Amino acid sequence: MLKINNLHASVEGKSILKGINLEVKPGEVHAIMGPNGSGKSTLASVVAGREDYEVTEGNIIFEGEDIEELAAEERAHKGVFLSFQYPIEIPGVSVTNFMKTAINESRKARGLEEMPAKDMLKLIREKSELLEIDRKFLSRSINEGFSGGEKKRNEIFQMAMLEPKLAILDETDSGLDIDALRIVANGVNKLKSKDNAVVVITHYQRLLDYIVPDFVHVLHNGKIVKSGTKELAHELEAKGYDWIKEEVGA
Amino acid sequence: MDLKEKLVSSFLAFENRVDVDAYAHNLRSDAIKIFEEKGFPSKKEEAWKYTSLNSILKEDYSVFPKQENALEYSQVKQYFIHDIDSYKIIFIDGKYSSHLSQTTHDGIDVCLMSAALNKPKYQLVIENYFNKAAGKDSLTSLNTAFSCEGAYIHIPKNKIVEKPIQILHFSTGNESATMLQPRNLVVVGENSHVQIIERHQSLTDNPVLTNSVTEIFANKRAIVDYYKIQNDKENASLIDNTFIKQKRESLASVHTFAFGGKLTRNNLNFYQNGERIDSTLKGITIIGNKQHVDHNTLVHHIEPNCESHQDYKGIFADRSTGVFNGKVVVEKEAQKTNAFQANNNILISDKASINTKPQLEIFADDVKCSHGCTIGQLDENAMFYMRSRGIPEKEARALLMFAFSNNVLESVKIPELKQRITKIIANKLGVNIGFDL
Repeated sequence: MLKINNLHASVEGKSILKGINLEVKPGEVHAIMGPNGSGKSTLASVVAGREDYEVTEGNIIFEGEDIEELAAEERAHKGVFLSFQYPIEIPGVSVTNFMKTAINESRKARGLEEMPAKDMLKLIREKSELLEIDRKFLSRSINEGFSGGEKKRNEIFQMAMLEPKLAILDETDSGLDIDALRIVANGVNKLKSKDNAVVVITHYQRLLDYIVPDFVHVLHNGKIVKSGTKELAHELEAKGYDWIKEEVGA
Repeated sequence: MDLKEKLVSSFLAFENRVDVDAYAHNLRSDAIKIFEEKGFPSKKEEAWKYTSLNSILKEDYSVFPKQENALEYSQVKQYFIHDIDSYKIIFIDGKYSSHLSQTTHDGIDVCLMSAALNKPKYQLVIENYFNKAAGKDSLTSLNTAFSCEGAYIHIPKNKIVEKPIQILHFSTGNESATMLQPRNLVVVGENSHVQIIERHQSLTDNPVLTNSVTEIFANKRAIVDYYKIQNDKENASLIDNTFIKQKRESLASVHTFAFGGKLTRNNLNFYQNGERIDSTLKGITIIGNKQHVDHNTLVHHIEPNCESHQDYKGIFADRSTGVFNGKVVVEKEAQKTNAFQANNNILISDKASINTKPQLEIFADDVKCSHGCTIGQLDENAMFYMRSRGIPEKEARALLMFAFSNNVLESVKIPELKQRITKIIANKLGVNIGFDL
């Protein structure tokens, strides 16, 4: 589904990703871990199509197609979704209208008619229940005045609405208390199927107790320096990142 | 002969054409003298520092436009808010169009200034109100000198006017440049409520210059909601001079939707003569190309315990230019005044510009006055966020801009009008999405 080959990327001339290789197949859950500043969020942004990052080498193949030249919205239309580490507040745009516009624009791009209002409401109701989101919440301006937990729940609600093939969850666990973490993880698990894939980017192992990865990769200094199974995450939790740094440095 | 000379020398001929009523005659004669003395304002004057009339004054305007075309409703339906039941006062090239209009004398007067100026039954109202709020600046004086036609609205006390009143001025001048000087008078009695929508619309590519004066009187506890739609052709310019006098406990609001013509100048003046008055001035400006929109507002707080709320949003593309000059005067007696002013702008092009200038003159010591102006660009993080959800760049931009200006729309009380403005905005931003926020 996703194949990243020797990906190098930089922002404002500063090289951040220095040769990433990663393959994600349908039905898989991958976790990308690593210390602060290792390039985790950059990797997420580059795959989602953020324009201020420049790909200097390598490529990103999604469903057999090189997507590097595609705009963020075109990638979204193909089924790429990024749950933001810091979701953006947009005063004046309600959650409902934001989702309506997003869904209908995606449908338009796929040559489909706009979704009838009735179906839209039903879908919104269904998915907001899944994430235990209060209806009142949906008429508020998106992310404006939301608590950290509400913002993250809202991200996964959007994921549920858009039903992406590939979901990248960037530090979705940060700022969540244990109840919110459980709701968010439960939502992600319910959305999982053999046809889609999830990449979980996290600093801590905590979220991986709930969303269990098939593979764990450690990112350090712009490269994946170690890959393994979920046991690697436990090891990192117990020992921290220093031993990896030493291992790589050596 | 320049435009000023042409106007001054046309004055006698003009007065010969209208029925000379003694009352208006004297006012007109005084006014033409003021205009003759002062002439058109230039950039040397502080209030006109950022708006030059030079480019529009050089046209050879016909100052007594002929009505060249009768218009059928179907030709101009799009400029009406047509899905509501309303009174309509329609002018074509400055002349009243009876077949497009729907006036009334049933308990209220929604009719013509020409009738009001000439018929004895209106004499008392005219003598009490006509030219009593209008200023003595040169452009207003010019309008007063040539005042003969426009809307005349008189709502006696204790009347809730259910139907909004639409005032539309069309210009068709197919053969030459046209100058129009409509003059409107709105008098709203105690406890009465009226909603008015005003629009100036050119139907020709020839230059049009409208120098409009509207006087509005809100008596005790009256509620007046006035909406101005400015979305004209690129060769049409408008100088709108509006003067509102409020008596105690009255509520008056003016919303100005400025989507441009060539040059638009809004001189909007509120005078609060009484306690517990509330004045609202709101505007959305969205322009591009080389359009120019200038909002010049004045709120004069004269007595205690009054409020004013100003909220103007501007979005400027291409080489368009904007001006906001908001003046608030709080007299010494006007204690406990609450005066708020905000002007927020987004520049979406490097070549666009906005000059914004709050001007507060406060002589009382127990007041709350605030002002704030911002000039910014669209939030790139928000753009990426929206695009990552599949909303294309253009639509994301439009949605952000609409959200930015939306709180001005929220206070529009006529739903059909709100919908129409929403559509105009979508059109202006080049998108076809529902902004039902």
